[in-house]
Amino acid sequence: MNKILEKRQLSANVWRMKLEAPLIARERKAGQFVIVQVVEEFGERIPLTIGNASAEEGWIEIIFQTVGETTMKLSRREVGEYLPAVTGPLGRPTDITNYSKDGKKGWVVVVGGGIGVAPSHPIVQAFRAAGNRVTMIMGARTKELIIMEEEMRKAADEVVIVTDDGSYGRKCLVTEPLKEFCELPEKPDEVVIIGPPIMMKFAALATKPYGVKTIASLNSIMIDGTGMCGGCRVTVGGQTKFVCVDGPEFDAHQVDFDNFIKRLGSFKKEEADHKCRSGLFAN
Amino acid sequence: MTVQERMKIPPQDMPQQDPHVRAHNMNEVALGYTAEMAKTEASRCMNCPAKPCMNGCPVAVNIPGFLAKAAEGDFAGALAIIRETSLLPAVCGRVCPQEKQCQKFCTMGKLLKDQSKAVAIGRVERFCADFVRASGEQAKTDVLPPTGKRVAIVGSGPASITCAADCARAGHEVTVFEAFHKPGGVLVYGIPEFRLPKAIVSEEIDGLKKLGVKIETNFVAGRTRKVRDFLDKDGFDAVFVGSGAGLPKFMGIEGENLIGVFSANEYLTRANLMKAYDESHADTPFWHGKRVVVLGGGNVAMDASRMALRLGAEAVYLVYRRGANEMPARAEEVEHAKEEGVEFHLLQNAKRILGDENARVTGIECLKYELGEPDASGRRSPVAIEGSEFTIPCDTVIVAVGNGSNPLIASTTDGLDVDKRGHIVTDGNGRTSVKGVNAGGDIVLGAATVILAMGEGRRAAASINADLRG
Repeated sequence: MNKILEKRQLSANVWRMKLEAPLIARERKAGQFVIVQVVEEFGERIPLTIGNASAEEGWIEIIFQTVGETTMKLSRREVGEYLPAVTGPLGRPTDITNYSKDGKKGWVVVVGGGIGVAPSHPIVQAFRAAGNRVTMIMGARTKELIIMEEEMRKAADEVVIVTDDGSYGRKCLVTEPLKEFCELPEKPDEVVIIGPPIMMKFAALATKPYGVKTIASLNSIMIDGTGMCGGCRVTVGGQTKFVCVDGPEFDAHQVDFDNFIKRLGSFKKEEADHKCRSGLFAN
Repeated sequence: MTVQERMKIPPQDMPQQDPHVRAHNMNEVALGYTAEMAKTEASRCMNCPAKPCMNGCPVAVNIPGFLAKAAEGDFAGALAIIRETSLLPAVCGRVCPQEKQCQKFCTMGKLLKDQSKAVAIGRVERFCADFVRASGEQAKTDVLPPTGKRVAIVGSGPASITCAADCARAGHEVTVFEAFHKPGGVLVYGIPEFRLPKAIVSEEIDGLKKLGVKIETNFVAGRTRKVRDFLDKDGFDAVFVGSGAGLPKFMGIEGENLIGVFSANEYLTRANLMKAYDESHADTPFWHGKRVVVLGGGNVAMDASRMALRLGAEAVYLVYRRGANEMPARAEEVEHAKEEGVEFHLLQNAKRILGDENARVTGIECLKYELGEPDASGRRSPVAIEGSEFTIPCDTVIVAVGNGSNPLIASTTDGLDVDKRGHIVTDGNGRTSVKGVNAGGDIVLGAATVILAMGEGRRAAASINADLRG
């Protein structure tokens, strides 16, 4: 049982919650996630990435979008209430490398799309703490959906903000500044991308011609999260991998994004039926 | 009674739900004996001197002993004898492959020249357990005085439940760490309701709690806490790893990641644990397969195919590359599956899975097989017949070709030796290469049975108890 300590609505469909979870906070590393159940007996199990956390204070933070039944139910829970099941930390932590050499700092670019910025935050912090220079590219459809700007400016050496409609920052997709960085004589040593699958697909395609090491954090459908069902499987380099135990991060140039995106839609029809019943209207 | 008189007692059939009715409900298929039937069946045992049934039992339950009590109508006495050795009679009476174990060697079966007419040991065991449970009698909970020692148990399946009970009885403080939100392991996520009612598993878990065992759910040992940290930082004196064989094997064929292809684990977990079959209540999405192909020939394949029928499939095909004699599934499950309408396609195997432009399954391309020379398992190995390709149209493929060892514990515990299949290596009594860490069940044996897991749990507990005493 995990108490909800804080709750904030960041935009129409985006919520931020702080959960009491001392055991998870104690062990958790950047890049890991939790499996959450909002209702005990008949509830669904869903994966949510961990944003910030504090081992000393015993809490973890999640930022989520209300896209279906369970996230909708989650958004309706209040501070002081308990979630029946929060399991973690799951997945392999991000591989943090210090690319600095011969007195020159290594350079890591982290690209966060939409709420992908939340799990990006500890990753940016970890790469910076390891000795690298870190650039954060944050992208969203519109200004309202840009989150955690202040925290990112503190965590990263440089922050580039882009929006699809130009309402904030530069009007373009994240792939624009990403390509520009890759075209510099001193390319980034590593690029990490977290966000909507279609964004990750095109960001990976953007860096591939430049041979820049690119890691994507995949967000597949999951049930158990511990490797016992294979529901989260993805094809990487022609081989089947489980996102929950082999990932969630993989070499983005090897991921079959088309199959990954299609598998995410496995239950679209069932989810739509559910939305009508629970008051969430499909958009 | 003379032996001849006993031979004349008719073997008692197990009352069952009608196949066409039960293929559409989740209720238990076998309805259970009446007390009269149990007494009658138990009296068929002639208490032969050789007692080959006990040799056939992986944990050597005193079978003639409990049958004699049951024949007198002393079912509580019979259960007490069973419980000297087996802690899960209500489960084993239902799921043990008795035809390969105790009943295979039964002298009565030999005399009647028909092993299917062996004394129905499993059915009587089940009756005794159910009768005593229904009468409200509590299992004795003799616990030795507290030792001050603490034991951590990883997992809550049959091996862990058994080890936890024996360690708690020895007076140790026991905590079970379960990754899922409900304890029971494969008894709860794998074996379907219609074979093993979850209420029975709940009672076994409650039995553990009555012994003072603490159960922490939603705790993934290896991630939420490393096993070595249990010993080095959390004050546990011993750890038992019963993490099971939960790593689904896929065939590595083309199309395996299409939408509509599931491991049997996923399919059964959605249906059993997450109750997806109850669409009006469950939030977990439920896959509506109409034409389902199940690949495999073991108990899991039978469970998955019979579950598919209950979930509304119009046709369920079981595709297995060897023949009927080679199928590892329990005979009763195969029979029940056939009665319920699962269509068996033996000596066939999937070559690749076909899909449409939306990556959804449309069929499987199969090859016909024949049996060649025996392989390492002793069974004749399947050989594909070239050019025999044909297609079975379907919208769902369930892969039930076995489970490997989940690598999480081994990969997060320094110095824990595993074999090349990822099974934790032990000394035969549960001790691993790490001092203080014991293991048992499927994670040691590979995917096996509840009763073998239970035997492992008991042996490991005996080692733990001995080590904590010394």
